[in-house]
Amino acid sequence: MTQSRARALLLTPAALWYAAMLLLPLAVVLIFSFGERSAIGGYAPGFTFEQYANLPARFAAFRNTLTLAPVGTIAALLIAYPLAYFLAVKVSPKWKTMLLVLVIVPFWTSILIRSYAWIFLLGGKGIPALLETVGLDDVRLLNTPFAVLVGIVYGYLPLMVFPIYVALEKLDKRLLEAAADLGTPPWRAFLQITLPLSMPGVLTGSMLVFILLMGEFLIPAILGGGKVFFVGNALVDLFLQSRNWAFGSAVAVALVVIMLITVGIYTRLVKRFGASRDDVGLM
Amino acid sequence: MKDDNTPISRKAFMEELRRYQKGSVTRRHFLGVTGLGTAAAVMGGALPGLLPTRARAQDIGDRVVLATWPNYHDAANFDAFTDATGAYTQVNVFGSNEEMLAKIQAGGSGWDVFVPTNYAIPTYVEADLIEPLDLSKIPNFDAAAFEKRFSDAGTIDGVVYGVPKNWGTTGIAFNSDKTGGVVDSWKAFFDGARDKWDGRVMVHDYQLTTIGNALVYHGFSFNSVDPNELAQAEKLLIDVKPHLYAISSDYQPAMRNGDAWLTMCWTGDGKQMNTDMPEIGFALGKEGGEIWSDYYAIPKDAPHKEAAYALINYLLSPEVNAKEALAHGYPVADSRTNALLPEELLNDPIIYPAAEALSPLEFGAAVTLTDPNRAELMARFKSA
Repeated sequence: MTQSRARALLLTPAALWYAAMLLLPLAVVLIFSFGERSAIGGYAPGFTFEQYANLPARFAAFRNTLTLAPVGTIAALLIAYPLAYFLAVKVSPKWKTMLLVLVIVPFWTSILIRSYAWIFLLGGKGIPALLETVGLDDVRLLNTPFAVLVGIVYGYLPLMVFPIYVALEKLDKRLLEAAADLGTPPWRAFLQITLPLSMPGVLTGSMLVFILLMGEFLIPAILGGGKVFFVGNALVDLFLQSRNWAFGSAVAVALVVIMLITVGIYTRLVKRFGASRDDVGLM
Repeated sequence: MKDDNTPISRKAFMEELRRYQKGSVTRRHFLGVTGLGTAAAVMGGALPGLLPTRARAQDIGDRVVLATWPNYHDAANFDAFTDATGAYTQVNVFGSNEEMLAKIQAGGSGWDVFVPTNYAIPTYVEADLIEPLDLSKIPNFDAAAFEKRFSDAGTIDGVVYGVPKNWGTTGIAFNSDKTGGVVDSWKAFFDGARDKWDGRVMVHDYQLTTIGNALVYHGFSFNSVDPNELAQAEKLLIDVKPHLYAISSDYQPAMRNGDAWLTMCWTGDGKQMNTDMPEIGFALGKEGGEIWSDYYAIPKDAPHKEAAYALINYLLSPEVNAKEALAHGYPVADSRTNALLPEELLNDPIIYPAAEALSPLEFGAAVTLTDPNRAELMARFKSA
């Protein structure tokens, strides 16, 4: 009896936290999503599926998000992995701390400011001006999907680098020595030992970046010149511009559902992939 | 002292950014959309104890919260207000009337004074979100001194809800080095965007002006909500979109940088760019477009109403208002203020255009703010 009471008491803070921070806001969004837009904008109570029926009106936003989020995640991974590998395996301990700090330092500045910096880099007087000196005229980088991709990879790189770094850092170097002793070429040792053992870091990093990208709105707005429209941008407009809070809530619910489904599929694929890889490893 | 706490360092951050861009931040600046203004409001509300408190004879409290547009005030005037009253002005900067309305509608904005544009006021009144003004507390407002067309939208059914701040227009800013001359029609603007100025033209991230000027291109009213006319405007916008440099209300950096050659532009921005770079001109669309007037108003739930009245009264005193106009470059409808302004400002064709250039322009209509079709059109245009 006292034990169960103690357990209940200990669970209370966590339960309250979940109720206040997770369930309550979600409940509000869910209730709003079945309501209507009042005549002057905002929310009017009601019970209708109209908002959900209207979701195809934001199809393009979902399509753009579901394209750029995976592409951005993969691009960030391709750049982060060598960097993390370099930091964890190759760098001498003397430099390691400083280089790690350098990866984090940009994170101390607002993403807004850093994205503004990219406006100057990608704008006509930045990289395109340099390209002009080598004969490549009229290259337009800013306000393109490419610029958004650059911003995404740049902005979220640390989130990808660190989990991979931690996984590689923990890697038992003796495994690689053993492999070398047994005549395994380095590339094969990497594929069979380093890469599989760093997978938890890769998966964590990818998940972190992917989930954040699904809700991204700032980078497409700043570096995409407002022409690259994500679900996040659709939400900002629905809540702050057209003030259709009911439809905005339905779009938000749809985004959460899509996220749960993609993350679910991802986890399952990862598990399957992990299992089959072990089989290969055993052969 | 002031810079030590969060809300003010937010404000300082905005100011830094503005300074950085050398007065280039636009009226309905993109930063408003990022929600930084709200963050400042929320954090400011959470940390009242950190704000400077000073005991004064006329006790209006220690602060007043102002929701306004970027680059729309002279910061020195706020400092002088603090010295005179002990109330610190906390400035929150916003991106659009829609956004301001959304924040007030959501409740708990914490604002004492805000600056709605003419067409937004009827909606605030209808939603019962705006305070009828007690004019005895604003003795500096002299209705007779104001040009009527720029002050009448503040009064609805005989009740005064807003007193005029500034007026202005939405025209075309063009880099004449690149365009080879003046661009003064929406026809030239939208046709050129798809042709010789491909990839160099910007439109606002704002339904009122972007849709409105596309309507004007077709010879329709800037304020139309007629589905057939809107469909034609949409066709034009979607056709133009792939050729646009950007859809953004933060157009000064791109114009100054030379990346964009043409943009939809508000008066003050046009003046600011023209002052620094004479090759950037500003013209009104000869087919029509927008003329607007902004008002000082008080939300119903304003936490510091006395301070709100004091601030509005202070800003409307002709001397202060003249300093404001010199700083932001937007025209004033108050004859007492204009009497204090230098001649060259009053004769400036950008700030005070000739009457015949203004005549085809329309004031925004309240219906555009709430029309769901215009909102959806904008979303289709942006996601196309």
